[in-house]
Formats: sequence, C-alpha cells, structure tokens
Amino acid sequence: MPLIRTQAWWFRPALIIFITLLLLWIGFANSGVKVVILATDALLGLLLAGLLFLVAYIRQRPDLLDPWQQVSKRRIPVAAGVILLTYAVIALIDSVHFRVPLENAGHGDKVHYSVEVSSLLDKVLQQLRTQEESTYSAPFAIQLYSKEMIEQADGQMVRDYPRLKYGGAHLQHADERTADIIRLTLVGSIKGVLLWSGLLIIVLVVRRRTTGTTTKQVWQALWHDPSTRMLRTALVTFLVVLLLASVAMQLADVYHIFGTSKVGQDVFYQAVKSIRTGLIIGTLTTLVMLPFAILMGIAAGYFRGWIDDVIQYIYTTLNSIPGVLLIAAAILSIQVYISNNPDIFETAADRADLRLLALVLILGVTSWTGLCRLLRGEALKIREMEYIQAAKAFGVSPFKVLGRHILPNVLHIVLIIVVLDFSGLVLAEAVLSYVGVGVDPSTISWGNMINSARLEMAREPLVWWSLLAAFCFMFALVLAANLFADAVRDAFDPRMRVS
Amino acid sequence: MIAYIIRRTLYAIPILIGVNLITFTLFFVVNSPDDMARLHLGVKRVTPEAIDKWKQERGYDKPLLYNEGAAGAGRITDTIFYEKSARLFVLDFGQSDEGRAIGEDIRERMWPSLAIAIPALLIGLLVNITFALLLAFFRATYIDLWGVVALVIMMSVSTLFYIIGGQYLIGKLMSLVPISGYDDGGLNAIRFLILPVLIGVIGGVGSGTRWYRTIFLEEMGKDYVRTARAKGLSELKVLFRHVLKNAMIPILTGVVVVIPTLFMGSLLLESFFGVPGLGSYTIDAIRNQDFAVVRAMVFLGSLLYILGLLLTDISYTLVDPRIRLS
Repeated sequence: MPLIRTQAWWFRPALIIFITLLLLWIGFANSGVKVVILATDALLGLLLAGLLFLVAYIRQRPDLLDPWQQVSKRRIPVAAGVILLTYAVIALIDSVHFRVPLENAGHGDKVHYSVEVSSLLDKVLQQLRTQEESTYSAPFAIQLYSKEMIEQADGQMVRDYPRLKYGGAHLQHADERTADIIRLTLVGSIKGVLLWSGLLIIVLVVRRRTTGTTTKQVWQALWHDPSTRMLRTALVTFLVVLLLASVAMQLADVYHIFGTSKVGQDVFYQAVKSIRTGLIIGTLTTLVMLPFAILMGIAAGYFRGWIDDVIQYIYTTLNSIPGVLLIAAAILSIQVYISNNPDIFETAADRADLRLLALVLILGVTSWTGLCRLLRGEALKIREMEYIQAAKAFGVSPFKVLGRHILPNVLHIVLIIVVLDFSGLVLAEAVLSYVGVGVDPSTISWGNMINSARLEMAREPLVWWSLLAAFCFMFALVLAANLFADAVRDAFDPRMRVS
Repeated sequence: MIAYIIRRTLYAIPILIGVNLITFTLFFVVNSPDDMARLHLGVKRVTPEAIDKWKQERGYDKPLLYNEGAAGAGRITDTIFYEKSARLFVLDFGQSDEGRAIGEDIRERMWPSLAIAIPALLIGLLVNITFALLLAFFRATYIDLWGVVALVIMMSVSTLFYIIGGQYLIGKLMSLVPISGYDDGGLNAIRFLILPVLIGVIGGVGSGTRWYRTIFLEEMGKDYVRTARAKGLSELKVLFRHVLKNAMIPILTGVVVVIPTLFMGSLLLESFFGVPGLGSYTIDAIRNQDFAVVRAMVFLGSLLYILGLLLTDISYTLVDPRIRLS
C-alpha cells in the first residue's frame, strides 16, 4: 500500500508551482552568482519537503484531517495562519543565499566572489540595506539624532543636527514631511489594494472553474456562504497584510520608518531580516529533535524492560540540567572551537551559520524530553490494544509494529507539541541572545536587537525605536503562533472541545 | 515512606553521575584545556609558557581521567575528572577560573536570589489563582473570552520587554523606585526589591493564570461538582469549598517542583536589576566564560531539580491521601 495516494485537485497546480520554483532556482544559480547553501538553508529545504509530505499524508487520514478542518472553520486560527505564512515566505526568500561576483578582480579566467553572502531578500530590500546613515536617527526623521559640526554655504561652522543622507533627502523643507508621508501612505495603500485585487481575481477564476458556476455566484458565495468562511477570513487577513507591507515598503523607500541603529543601519531592515533567524530556531529545532523524541519515546513505551530504563535515564538526566545552563555550556564549547579553528570557514556567514546550527541542535537536545515522555506514556497505553496483540500474533516484526501501528496513532500528539513549542522557542532566542549564548553577534536577530536596545534605553536622549521594532515583529509572530497553537490543541484534544 | 525516600535518593545518584559526565565531556573532551587557555589569554598573549602557567594555576594541567605518573590512589585522584568533577558530589565546588572560592560565593549570593524569588513566587501564585478563579467563575461568558485573549497577549510578550519597559516606566519615567541595585539592610532593601518582584509577577501572569484556569475548568467538569450543585450549594461555595481544594493538588505539586530551584535565582531579573544573586552570578560566569562556575551551577541546578522531583512526590502523599508511595 503506497503511503500517499492522492490525486486531488490541488496536486497538479502544486506540482507546477514546485517545478517553476525549481526552474527559477536553477536559472538563478546559472546567472553568474555563486549560490551558497548554508547548512540551515538545506535543513529548511528539508523541512519544507517534509511539510509537503505531511500535508499529503494527513489528507488521507480522516482522523488527522478532521481536526484541521475544525481549525479551518474558525476565524482566529485562519487569520493567524495567514500571518504565519507571511513570515514563513519572508524567511524562505531570505534563505536563498549567494555571493555576487566581483567586477574587476579578475586575474585570468578565475572569477572571484564577494566575501559577503547576501540573500534574495537583501536583493528585494536592496535600498534599505545600502542606505546607511552615520548613526542614530529617529523614525521618519530627516535629521540625525545627534548634533554635529556642519559647514554652511557661506563657510561658517555651525553645531546642529545634520540632514540625513537618505532619510527624507528628497524634501526641501522639514514642513513638507507630514504631507509627504500622507501622500506616500495613500500611494502605498492603493498599490496594496491593487495587489490584493489581483489575488482576489485569481481566487475567483479558480473557484469558478472548480465549482462550475458563474462569476456572480462565486462572488456572492465568497462573501456570504458559510462554507467559504476560511477563504473569506484568509482574504481579509491578506488584505491587511498586503496593505501594511506595501505602505511600509512605499515609506521605507525614502524614510527610515523605524529609524536607524547606532551604526546607521535601517532598523526596519534589521527587524525583517530577524524573521529568518526566529523562524529557523522555532522550526528547525523541532525538526532535529523529532526523530529522537519519536523513536525513543515509542520504543521506550513499546519495548519496556531495559530499553525503557535506559531511555528514561537519558531523558531524566538531560531534563535535570537547567536548560539555559546546558545551552550555555554547549555554546561556550562551540565558541571555543570556532575561535580556535578560524580557517575552516569560507565566509563570516558560514561561521555565524554554524553557531545558529549549534544553537538549534542544542535547543533540540534540551526540548525533546517533554515530547519523549508523552509519547512513552501513549505507547504504553497503545501496546495493550488488541490490534497490536493481533499484529504480534501474526508475527509482525517489532519495528514494523512501531512504524505501522504505533507511530500513526501518536502522530496527533506530535503535531500538537510541535505547534505549541514554536512560540516558546522564538521567545527563547531573545533571552539566550541576551545571556550571550544565543546566535552569533553578527547575525541579525530580535534577541540581538533587544540586547543593544538595553543600552539605548539608558541613553540620554533615549533611543526607543530598535526596541519598538523588535517588539512589533516578535509580538505579531508569537501572538499568531500562540493563537494558532491554541486552536490546534483544542481541535486535537477532544477533552477541551466540549468547553 | 522512609524506604521510598532512600530509594529515590539512591536513584538520583546515577542521574547526577550522568549530569557530571555530560558537563565533563562538554568542557574537557570537546575542547582541551589548551583551547580554554587560548580563549582566555587572547590572541596576543598566547605563548606555550603562558598556556602552561594558566593551566597550572587552575589545576587543568593534569591528565583527564587516568594519571600514569602518580602512584597508588593518585592515579585516579590526581586527574582533572576527580579534582574538578567528582568533587562536586560532596558539594566541593573548588575555585573559579578567576581564583575565587565558588562555594563561598554561592552561600553569599543565595540570599539576594531568594529575596526576589520567594516573594515573586508567593505573590504570583496568589494573583494567578485569583484571576483564574475569576475566569472560571465567569466561564463561557465574554469576560472569560476576553480574559483569555488578554492572557494570550500577555504570554506573547517576551520577558525582556516586561523588564525593559517596567524599568523605563516605573523606574525612569515615574522615578518611584530605583532602577537597579541592591541593599542588604532592612527596609531600605525593599525599595530595590519592589520592581523586580512586580515584573516577575506580571511576566508570569499570562501563562500561569491560563494554566490554573485549565485546571479549574477540568475540575469543574467532574461529578462531585455536579453533586455539590445538586445539593443546592451556591456557585461561589462550590468554587471555593470544592473546586479550589481539589485543584490545589495539581497546583501544589507544580509549585513544589520549582521551590528548590528558587535558589538558582532568575537569570534575567537579577542581571537587569543588578541584584548580586546566583542568577546574575551565572550570567556573569557565562559572559566571562568562567567554565568552573558554569560547571558548578550546572551541577547545583540538577541537584536542586532532582530534589524538587522528590519533594513533589512526597507532597502528593501529604495533600492527597489517596496516593500511597510504594
């Protein structure tokens, strides 16, 4: 029996999109730049493939599909899901890394590449990345945040706030700023609505073809029919997301909408770049811990005896070490290794990526124990079921029993835990970076932003925008994840569904 | 009972040995003491002599597990493993890489940690249970719904924001209490403790209240509650006399587990508020890469955690006579 046997309506479009993306990627890889696949990029790709596989698998398991359908019927989780999807797309765009060839470094035929690894997202936000001021500037400011000596037209030196190089450089006068911001907001909103209308048209066309009705019927069904509630909620959330994004992009073109950091880097750019770091920690940690947690959990519960003793011993030991300290110990060791072996890394990005990977791995080690214990308990219950006894009586090998009969029946627990863990991991990144055992200081992350904001808050006059930007981006992600996780848990846990 | 405690204590020993082996591997096998010395000395001052001197001062110049040069018992005892790791079992923490006695530091820094952790725990418990009871009383109404939404929102804010925001708002803007610092003596110390305790409580309200609300709701679905209502008790009486009492079992055991670890202090609160407790001690050690202190704290933390588990089991039997330890 094949594991996945689905030929649903979405299968062909999904395949076409996948192949298009693959072709685009190949074309991109041959366009002269040197594609760099960081370890975390590769793992993220693996995760994506696993996710697609999971979706296909869930579709043919009514017991797993039903809770998801419950989730999709509620407004909050659908809206939260759209926001999570937006974050995920940004993180994925930020995970295509490459090195640009240097223009006139060629001695002979060998092409030299820039040591700086950039991503597709950097390309999209090219302007934000390159428009650096000299130091702090407030959101939407057109002047620096500190006074400097300026030479005026008549040669006189005056101590004043100098104009920014990029922020609001197109304005003649400071008074024009408010009108300009309003104008740009309007332009941005119109663009956002246009983009959304495009999306809407695609949805209408697809639905007309699949349902075989007229456009008018589809339109009315879309806004009034209870069955399209999920689509409706998703569309409205998309409208909000697109509006925010396009207004932000429009304004960010000529202003620093979240100000600039100490070295003059755009804070909005930092906050967007942090998305990848946060998501990697939230998702890859789960990916690396899952095999261990699942295998050991169900093996301990099913085999019992000495296997159970050994596995219980392992997870009790790991669990008894305070998480932060174990992470600190491991990261300190990695740090020693990195600083003593500087030549194994081709670029600084490689080095930072190894540290990120190490963090993900060690977070995985500290966070698998809870799931393992739950799965052990569940496996203990399931092994007494009649169908397992029957399988045993037929002489099915123990590993086949684990894979065929026990694993599919504990999958709902795995799903709940994975979704529940995500927001905690994103929050943990910030704390760990503050403690000094988080991501590499050169990696842009919310933790590092908050860490630097700590000194900025003590500064006079106060610099608050880094903190605000990190707060907004992190809060939106964690809140969406929490709301989504709640709905998933309610749907999968029948005890909670009653109330 | 006593037999059970003894057995559990014995069971803790292999776990502590495991913890010890893990830290030993992380600190001495993955990276040799030479690497540590190089990191500490910095690039400029690294000479073979300097490394040897650094190692000798801290006792890292011995063989890892087995000393062939020594005689008799010295073959085992004159090694890094015995000196640095095995001695932790008798709570001999040795010296930090900077040369201070770790045991003494811990005894001294324990009190400020407790001064924050205990009030924060008690007040937090009171606040969370009150809110949770309130939500449980108004269950399935708009108060409950929006209350839970507010809790989820509170949960979604990182502790760091609570601390930085609280310091700024209460400490800097309103100048009600000092932003950070610590004072040993009497009433004056309270001024310094208010803010960290308050923020510790607020930071925990989201997840705490939600957790207790779930416990209460689960209890309220049980048969004895229906019976209590059927015999005509008012909802308030049901809540306080029956539900609260029974819900105390999971709540209490959840609290008992963390009591021993209160000694370790809160990493974030202490370091932000400049409290000289064990939490800030740990953070400083991590930042200065003082491996000896980190090792000691890992061991201490595991020890306290295991103690917490043992206390939990004992407290189960005390609050719930249905459970017998065997």
